[in-house]
Amino acid sequence: MKIAVCIKRTPDSETRFRIGASNSAIDESGVKFDMDDFASYAVEVALQMKEKAGSGEVVIVALGPDSVQETLRKAMSMGADRAIQLKADVIPFDGLAVAKALAAELETGGFDLVLFGKHAFDTSEGVVGTATAELLHLQCVTAVSKLEIANGKGSARRELEGAAELVEFSLPAVVTIDEGIARPRYPSLKGIMAAKKKPLESRPAQLGAPRVTVKSMALPADRPPGRIVGEGTGAVAELVKLLQTEAKVL
Amino acid sequence: MSNILVFAETRGGELRKVASEAVSAGRRLADASGGGEVHVIIAGPPGVAAKSEVLGRFGADVVLALEHPALGTFAREAIAATLATRAKSVGYRAIVLGFSAQGRDLGPRLAAKLDAPIVSDIVEVESSGADVLTVKHPSYANKVIVTLAITGSPAILSVRPSAFTATEAPRTPRVETIAPALDPAMERVKVTQVVEGAKGRPDLADAPVIVAGGRGLKAPENFKLVEELADAFGNAAVGATRAVTDEGWRPHADQIGQTGRQVSPQLYVALGISGAIQHLAGMRTSKTIVAINKDKEAPIFKVADYGIVGDVLEVVPALTRAVREAKQGH
Ligand SMILES: Cc1cc2nc3c(=O)[nH]c(=O)nc-3n(C[C@H](O)[C@H](O)[C@H](O)COP(=O)(O)OP(=O)(O)OC[C@H]3O[C@@H](n4cnc5c(N)ncnc54)[C@H](O)[C@@H]3O)c2cc1C
Ligand SMILES: Nc1ncnc2c1ncn2[C@@H]1O[C@H](COP(=O)(O)O)[C@@H](O)[C@H]1O
Repeated sequence: MKIAVCIKRTPDSETRFRIGASNSAIDESGVKFDMDDFASYAVEVALQMKEKAGSGEVVIVALGPDSVQETLRKAMSMGADRAIQLKADVIPFDGLAVAKALAAELETGGFDLVLFGKHAFDTSEGVVGTATAELLHLQCVTAVSKLEIANGKGSARRELEGAAELVEFSLPAVVTIDEGIARPRYPSLKGIMAAKKKPLESRPAQLGAPRVTVKSMALPADRPPGRIVGEGTGAVAELVKLLQTEAKVL
Repeated sequence: MSNILVFAETRGGELRKVASEAVSAGRRLADASGGGEVHVIIAGPPGVAAKSEVLGRFGADVVLALEHPALGTFAREAIAATLATRAKSVGYRAIVLGFSAQGRDLGPRLAAKLDAPIVSDIVEVESSGADVLTVKHPSYANKVIVTLAITGSPAILSVRPSAFTATEAPRTPRVETIAPALDPAMERVKVTQVVEGAKGRPDLADAPVIVAGGRGLKAPENFKLVEELADAFGNAAVGATRAVTDEGWRPHADQIGQTGRQVSPQLYVALGISGAIQHLAGMRTSKTIVAINKDKEAPIFKVADYGIVGDVLEVVPALTRAVREAKQGH
């Protein structure tokens, strides 16, 4: 089975953000970057599938500047076979534009399965995977928390709001990965050494002019400081009173 | 071409809360861009057209009812194709959906089918010009608010649940039935089963009150205390941290935070939760936050309006009793 995983390089989730001088991007100085969370789960899912099948190929694709090569190497040190960088100096905030560039690359790859994260940490849009599937005319299963592939068929569990859905589909297909399915492995030393010799191709991303652009960025207002009402069960009566009279939520 | 198309989602034949919010957001967008019409597509089993009245109350001028026996379950491919067909034949300034499981499935498909720009999970429309719409979208796990300019029509927008209030703008809509552009019984992804969640509780996105538990509850059986407090409020959903869902104490569907659900209830009660940055990412916009934690230095107290320092296993039962009494006093 041939599996592609699209990953994005995003800031670490512990980052305390500052807005850059341009007012339209974050200040990246001192910010650590890594593979976006959901995409890292997708890489893990792909690797486990290949290991279970005993054969196959896992190909990682990332669109972005040369710094994404580091993230692609990381995915290969986890065990992926090869990687492709779709080179672009900046990643547009336009999910459809990114999807078009990814689809152009994936179209001829002959993949049985293409995996995405449910949404990327930075853009937080959840657009790229599903839009890519549509551009490739492939069936798409989104927000999957369990996935089973056997005999060219897939079955999956999806979490909806307050319910879950079990689905079946045939391959090739696009799947976007949600929480609960897997945690990414740490690269082993042997994996890191091996990754250095694995193929990493780079070619220009086919990006059109973006139609969604950042006008400005701002940090959300801080919450007004709260207070400790008291300690232990003795504080309960006061809390309930405040919820009734001040917050008016009871 | 200032007309707006809205998809009003249903589940089990009932309109979801975000559906009225999407209609209302569509109404305001139409009014702000020169008074166009709001056309609303609603899909469901035969009879679903009866919801037109509610849609009219929030500002629908035209209701397009897509009724089909197979639409008792959500048919993403058929609905996306129908929305796209309609948008191509009529032409809209924008298409508005909810940022929900359904909306997340439909929006990007529509964008690809129509080659139309999309921004999902918006919390505000800042301005609406003839060519450019500007919207606000929380990104970086809600830690940065981005103002985005969208060029071209139709702009596809999905609205964050609870971010747009459904306000009344009543009218009597013209109701038309429309045919699906694809057979809803022929979806390539077959739904074999729908597993319903906790009975009698609202979904996390709809609940005015959320009671959430963390590792401080010590054991899965102690979530009974969380459930009982939620019952005392009466209209509450139960949430959890990733520490708890990873332990298997609660299902992953209950997880709140960066990689879980993002919620914004009137009242959020955090029990035995430290307040990790990834958890705060999912709940810091709640109107009122209450925290109970035995460690007075826990970061959750930095965002909590009201805190009690104490052992959840002692304080929660007392709080449950007090809430029950307060409710009865009403
Ligand atoms: C990429 C990434 C994504 C993540 N996504 C999420 C997410 O979506 N949601 C999420 O929640 N986390 C997420 N996390 C995990 C997050 O970093 C924290 O590990 C997690 O939120 C901690 O959960 P907790 O507060 O239940 O546990 P802990 O941090 O262990 O806190 C337990 C708290 O309970 C208190 N306590 C202990 N005993 C008692 C008692 N008897 N009475 C009262 N208080 C008591 C302690 O003082 C402590 O503050 C993510 C992490 C990463 C790296
Ligand atoms: N620049 C990119 N390169 C490769 N994959 C991407 C890129 N941007 C987004 N993706 C993939 O699409 C998913 C959803 O991203 P988004 O739609 O931006 O929330 C991510 O989790 C990645 O799997």
